[in-house]
Amino acid sequence: MNDDATDQDPDKTRWIRSCQNTFQTAITCQSKMDQETMDTDFDVIVLGTGLTECILSGLLSVDGKKVLHIDKQDHYGGEAASVTLSQLYEKFKQNPISKEEREAKFGRDRDWNVDLIPKFLMANGELTKILAHTDVTRYVDFKQVSGSYVFKQGKIYKVPANEMEAISSPLMGIFEKRRMKKFLEWISSYQEDELATHQGLDLDKNTMDEVYYKFGLGNSTKEFIGHSMALWTNDDYLQQPARQSFERILLYCQSVARYGKSPYLYPLYGLGELPQGFARLSAIYGGTYMLDNPIDEVLYNEEGQFKGVKTKLGTFNAPLVIADPTYFPEKCKSTGQRVIRAICILNHPVANTNNADSIQIIIPQSQVGRKNDIYIAVVSEAHNVCSKNHYLAIISTIVETDKPHIELESAFKLLGPIEEKFMGIAELFEPKDDGSKDKVYLSRSYDASSHFESMTDDVKDIYFRVTGHPFVLKPRDTNEDQ
Amino acid sequence: MNSGITSIKLVLLGEAAVGKSSIVLRFVSNDFTENKEPTIGAAFLTQRVNIGEQTVKFEIWDTAGQERFASLAPMYYRNAQAALVVYDITKPQSFIKARHWVKELHEQASKGIIIALVGNKVDIVSSGGERKVAREEAEKLAEEEGLLFFETSAKTGENVNEVFLGIGEKIPLGRPDEQSGLQNGGVRITDDQRIDLASTGSGAVAASGCNC
Repeated sequence: MNDDATDQDPDKTRWIRSCQNTFQTAITCQSKMDQETMDTDFDVIVLGTGLTECILSGLLSVDGKKVLHIDKQDHYGGEAASVTLSQLYEKFKQNPISKEEREAKFGRDRDWNVDLIPKFLMANGELTKILAHTDVTRYVDFKQVSGSYVFKQGKIYKVPANEMEAISSPLMGIFEKRRMKKFLEWISSYQEDELATHQGLDLDKNTMDEVYYKFGLGNSTKEFIGHSMALWTNDDYLQQPARQSFERILLYCQSVARYGKSPYLYPLYGLGELPQGFARLSAIYGGTYMLDNPIDEVLYNEEGQFKGVKTKLGTFNAPLVIADPTYFPEKCKSTGQRVIRAICILNHPVANTNNADSIQIIIPQSQVGRKNDIYIAVVSEAHNVCSKNHYLAIISTIVETDKPHIELESAFKLLGPIEEKFMGIAELFEPKDDGSKDKVYLSRSYDASSHFESMTDDVKDIYFRVTGHPFVLKPRDTNEDQ
Repeated sequence: MNSGITSIKLVLLGEAAVGKSSIVLRFVSNDFTENKEPTIGAAFLTQRVNIGEQTVKFEIWDTAGQERFASLAPMYYRNAQAALVVYDITKPQSFIKARHWVKELHEQASKGIIIALVGNKVDIVSSGGERKVAREEAEKLAEEEGLLFFETSAKTGENVNEVFLGIGEKIPLGRPDEQSGLQNGGVRITDDQRIDLASTGSGAVAASGCNC
């Protein structure tokens, strides 16, 4: 970044020019507002300020669409919000502790920004690219997550992030390391149009298990690659064509290589900053925002297509609506999966992590006799999400039994003493239809994965269905970097 | 790191049509030189001011209309080191709203935030229009709440630069390395762990960068 460097900063001239436009629009809008009543006709109405919805609002506003964005709740983020401790108690506990007791134990409420859904950004993932592309990075600061750990035979080990760590890692024997190296060389040198680099493997025909076999990799290495790098939560991928696994492993490697310590990034002040940032992007491009405005009625035309919404602030019309599942429960179905999440407050770092301020721990399913992996995401004061000397650990997994809290036992054990625990189970929903008939375009619930890649897939899918053309990140203006 | 340049996040607050945007435009466009191809949707304006030996770089955040239905995000106040609370001296209602924003800032923003109360549109009074917010009333509010106070005209430019200079003078300036400890005081975190996503363009990492 060199926007400090000189006064001839092209970035700056660009901003001034563009801000003049923005301000001019703002000024015209304001005087219009004074004369007329509130605008009631929009190109798109968006309901719910979760991350999926806010990214779509931002992208569509940048495209020049007139967006009205409403949330029934009084804060941004929906399920993707970061909340204060008092909000957390209110949400999860029937008998919240007193303010005095809470402050004595955990300090000022405003120091807490607790994610309801734990996820990290892949440093080279789609969300990171969208953030940089839209300049939303100007509103949100990020830090690297210090390390990724994997559970093996009762202990946790750091997933190597560089060659030095790989050589000294006890995760694999020396011969296995050599085979692993061969495998990774194949991944990094693979080029679609150069058959020689494929080493006889066809990503669309060969299963991942066949790929492992070709490189002679043993079971524990397969587990390591599939769960700690490809980040699959179960073993279904073994029998599927290798392409998706290949892409996931490549993404992992590129993400680690980008900043060095782990493949993950995390925003200061919590994940709730992300929807706010995209909402701001939308607002700057003319989007209108209304929080705390429940929907009294959804209006449809004779063909059963979406027409508008009735709220206490008025009736607003648009030819289509984008919403999270909670606004149209009748148009959603369960995916059959339920996720249990346990938010734990600790007053110590996790043992055997070198006192890291932030980590991911993966407990692969086979290690604890399960079908799905258990994830633990740990963040701390260093990310402005909790008060001094505290750590936030969120455990999550897909529910497999009728005693889900017991399924998390191995994770609780790793964390050590826990000051306070908040548990919830969420059913995952997806839309019944694609929105082409009724013009109601619904997002999917946030899943159990440890990152945002499936969420950005959903964003792109909805964007395509709404606009009729695929979402493409245009290359950034090269002038900016000079 | 450029020594001697301090970045200050400054947020604008005030009722619609009091001239928030015009004040900033007046302040910033003094530096406006050439017409480049417009890229709409600016994140925020930046403007540099020299104060003694120091250069202060204001990052000015507009509400982008999000305050209209009480939908301003907490992010807006986050780490703001300065705020302009603007009212129109010919509109008493806008002064009531200004009191509300001052209260809101004390609750939501960083402790050390420097707030300037700005009564805009003095040009209307100069040209015979009627003043409806007494200067004394605003001075009293400023004194009680510890605010800087200015009356300005974005139209003529009167007193506009003084607002920003006044804020710049009150900001505790220092070497950036001295400020990194002031996280809660609003200085953007500058330690080495902070990632600048924007600085690394796409494709920065070759596939061969896989080190595992």
